[in-house]
Amino acid sequence: MTATVETAEDRVPGATIALVPGAVVLDEHVPARAPWSAVVAAGDVLTIVDLAGNQAVDCLLYSAADTAVRYSAPETIRRQGRIRLTTGSVLRADTGEALMTVVADEVGVHDTLGGACSKESNTLRYGQHTRAQHGCMENFLLEGARHGLSARDLASNINWFMNVPVDPDGALGIVDGLSAPGKRVAVRAEVDTLVLVSNCPQVNNPCNAFDPTPVRMVVTRPGGAA
Amino acid sequence: MTTTTHPARPGSPPGAGASGTATTAGAKAHARAQHGQVAGIMRHVPPATAPDAPEGVSRESLVWAETVAPGGYTTAVLARGTRVRLTDPVGHACAHVLLHRADAPHERLNVADTVKVPWQAYLGAGHPLLSGFGRVLATVVADTSGRHDALTGTTTREGNQARYGGSAPESAAPAGRELLTLGALKHGLGVRDLPPSISFFQGVRVDPDGAFEWLGSAGPGASVDLLLHVDAIVLLADTAHPLDPRPGFTCSALEVRAWPAAHELGPLAAGELVGPLGPEHLQAIANTDADLKARGVL
Repeated sequence: MTATVETAEDRVPGATIALVPGAVVLDEHVPARAPWSAVVAAGDVLTIVDLAGNQAVDCLLYSAADTAVRYSAPETIRRQGRIRLTTGSVLRADTGEALMTVVADEVGVHDTLGGACSKESNTLRYGQHTRAQHGCMENFLLEGARHGLSARDLASNINWFMNVPVDPDGALGIVDGLSAPGKRVAVRAEVDTLVLVSNCPQVNNPCNAFDPTPVRMVVTRPGGAA
Repeated sequence: MTTTTHPARPGSPPGAGASGTATTAGAKAHARAQHGQVAGIMRHVPPATAPDAPEGVSRESLVWAETVAPGGYTTAVLARGTRVRLTDPVGHACAHVLLHRADAPHERLNVADTVKVPWQAYLGAGHPLLSGFGRVLATVVADTSGRHDALTGTTTREGNQARYGGSAPESAAPAGRELLTLGALKHGLGVRDLPPSISFFQGVRVDPDGAFEWLGSAGPGASVDLLLHVDAIVLLADTAHPLDPRPGFTCSALEVRAWPAAHELGPLAAGELVGPLGPEHLQAIANTDADLKARGVL
């Protein structure tokens, strides 16, 4: 169990590890396989630290003011003209509204096509014997329920640090990641945004290098006091 | 008795206004006189009154026959085993589609699983349309277009307003999301029930850099057939694709025909309808059938 392992990046102060400087308003360690959520206030920046490297961080976004306004992969990738997320990507709701913007990225490739793993889809992808394994949908459902969300509210998601190429013939799949220990990505909230995360527990494909590991979430307020 | 009546507005149907509709009896007669007309854009009820049926399908067996207006939407609840043919007669249709399980609408089309699980981003014959619960809602069983899109979604109110100066259903450039919302509302569903949709007849590809390339349509007459594995709510909007580069709103009518074809579900799984299915697809059919059997449906 890697959930409680402390890495070198864990011991770095939040203000130092944040990609965008500012007062630290939140600094939390997310154990391997666990959910996490927080409302990131407009203007604040969330830095996600891939502590051990190649850990997919499945992520849903909602306008905190109205959770019916939620992240849309189609709207986001169509408006930016390409499938991968990196610095400059505006993360949009299905209304077109900007929820967050990627403001710094040490990896360069993040996915939003591949969706979230689940007990049920594991049976299709890897066989019925994998149904018992934990999945991102479990994390999303339970953590989402704390905010009044249900299965109806789970739509498209982002997969930070995950690599999903599309070949010329349309073949698409999760391949080895491009992240490494300590790599970070930072997103700035454009509106108060509920960020719902599943630290992906998948062990049947390379999205977590076959070994789910913890991540760290640091929220900073540029130019502000905590 | 002397009455003062207002004349009909220019363009009103014959009989409207002063002479015909000033009384309840006249208004009733005027309304009833409109029945029985046939229009180019309409739902044919009963479906057997449709002007045509697909080859090999009798008009009497049709369960849904409709021509959807460009910028229009339609919806129906269809039984497992129904085969739905969407046709683009003119070549500018774009059918934005969502499927919800009729008896449990929180189970609905999941575009991510639909491209990830079969390892294929481009829709075509043999592609499963999956829910987020490890089951298959429908399979694409025929496709003469090959130009579809499961990645870039539909149009929004904000987008069409900026692009065309209109986006409402009653405007000249209705947004797909507005139309699908209306369809959902007709079933007691709402905006939370609208996941990303897929679209047929206007193709999109991803280039090696990950950028989108617009293919447009395959021309007049293309069709695509879906075979339903569960009782499903079908939401359809026919409106310009969000990546359509043409400056003016460009869309033509969409034709729908549906008929019972449950006898094709067995051959589909056996690889005799569209060729051998992938193991993920077969497992999705097994999950779906196991669920229906447990419910006493199969």
